[in-house]
Amino acid sequence: MNAFQQYFFDLAQEYPKWNFIFFYDPVQADRVLSGLWMTVKLSVVCVILSVLIGLIGAWLQGAKSQLLRSFVQGYIQFFRNTPPLIQLLFFYFALGQFTPTYSPDGWLEVPIISNVGWAIISLSFFAGAFNVEIFRAGIEAIPESTQEAAEALGMSRSQNFVYVVLPLAFRVSLPALNNNLVNLVKTTTQALAIAVPELLYQMVSIYNDYSTAQNACMVILFIVYILLVGVLVLAMNSWERATRIPGYGH
Amino acid sequence: MSEQPLVSIRNVHKSFGSLEVLKGVSLDVKKGEVICIIGPSGSGKSTLIRCINALNTIDSGSIKVEGMEVHDPNLDKLELRKKVGMVFQQYNLFPHKTALENIMMAPLKVLKQPKDEVEERARQLIKRVNLEGKENGYPGELSGGQQQRVAIARSLAMNPDVMLFDEVTAALDPETVKEVLTTIKDLAEGGMTCILVTHEMGFAREIADHIYFTDRGVIVEHGPPSTFFSQAKDPRTREFLSQIL
Ligand SMILES: Nc1ncnc2c1ncn2[C@@H]1O[C@H](COP(=O)(O)OP(=O)(O)OP(=O)(O)O)[C@@H](O)[C@H]1O
Ligand SMILES: [Mg+2]
Repeated sequence: MNAFQQYFFDLAQEYPKWNFIFFYDPVQADRVLSGLWMTVKLSVVCVILSVLIGLIGAWLQGAKSQLLRSFVQGYIQFFRNTPPLIQLLFFYFALGQFTPTYSPDGWLEVPIISNVGWAIISLSFFAGAFNVEIFRAGIEAIPESTQEAAEALGMSRSQNFVYVVLPLAFRVSLPALNNNLVNLVKTTTQALAIAVPELLYQMVSIYNDYSTAQNACMVILFIVYILLVGVLVLAMNSWERATRIPGYGH
Repeated sequence: MSEQPLVSIRNVHKSFGSLEVLKGVSLDVKKGEVICIIGPSGSGKSTLIRCINALNTIDSGSIKVEGMEVHDPNLDKLELRKKVGMVFQQYNLFPHKTALENIMMAPLKVLKQPKDEVEERARQLIKRVNLEGKENGYPGELSGGQQQRVAIARSLAMNPDVMLFDEVTAALDPETVKEVLTTIKDLAEGGMTCILVTHEMGFAREIADHIYFTDRGVIVEHGPPSTFFSQAKDPRTREFLSQIL
């Protein structure tokens, strides 16, 4: 045991309520690290997918087809007005029954979408619904006349969207997007309910095995999420600064 | 042998809801010609020129640009917009692009021309509208007059056959109006076909080959500036001119 491990080992001996077991027991340390890694993966993938869903949804909301627009509206209402925990359970337990399975070894039947897969799908659609609304508000802030100028230059609706509307709307949307993505990262903890081995899941498992580690686990959870969200907010803020247009919008 | 007009407008009607804004407008513009449309506010001038590049639809009648029927539902809008450039009262530049990028955008994205070629032409256009040194300025950093000249250059970058100007100096300070008018005058003298909606009577008299006066959706009177200003016959034209001149 090195000095660091020794320190926390002694601490746990002296104050049994403060058992930072993962700081001296390599097995527990691995559980924390793998949980942290899963949380980071889940967050990054869901952030990217939810932003894509938001963009596609906002584009479809401007579609000619009333059917498409109603479909997007229905999607938003469903995901915005129901709790994400229920969505997760529904996706995993209800839809999970109907997904095909495959057999990697000829014995076991494994569903093609794992619980991690369902968590990604469910959380991305959850945050995506808010992102559609956020981008739509940004798009509505772009003057019709700017788009008309693009149209008069021969740009198609999709060129107009990609080169004119979106870059401007994105800047307008960044503060609101920032908030929603922070929420998303925090909501990934709910994947615990379908046994996705993310950080909270691992921490709960640890203190179920070693009840003296409960306080220590809570402290670490708070610190890790403060740091994770902090990194995200810093990145978003510097992005906001980097995309600021000289002389535009104050 | 009569020359085929570049733009030919025949008996165009257009309503917004129950409000009939154009009540049978006809006019022809030949290649190289400069025409000015004047008239009181709300008489349908903007609506008319917006119909020429299909930003507005029409209810009946016909508009042809180089023989292309503008309001044919099967029209390839891109073909039309390559031929017709438009400059707006509020400039409507892309605020997230520099002056140079504004000019390059459509040739790059719409015509898919090679970048170095487009950039070279954009730099020439910047020179042509007297904005050397402002290539990398964003619209928010330019004065109104400078923005409007970028907008003109942006339209020219598509090599249009006809340019539409809708009160392009109406939002400018009196000092900057002149720099924009000079740009348009150079353009007109260079042989560009221009259709201008304007309140600048002195300018219209100077550059127009033909002046049209519209009131409540009809062309009340038209003629070359030499006769239009001095020998207007219709009382509505005379009243309008007396208020403005
Ligand atoms: N998109 C629209 N929807 C409804 N009404 C419209 C629309 N565009 C214009 N109008 C109406 O049509 C009439 C003519 O408008 P237009 O803009 O063509 O006039 P104008 O001659 O250009 O006036 P101004 O000199 O003030 O620019 C006005 O009464 C206006 O309110
Ligand atoms: Mg007008």
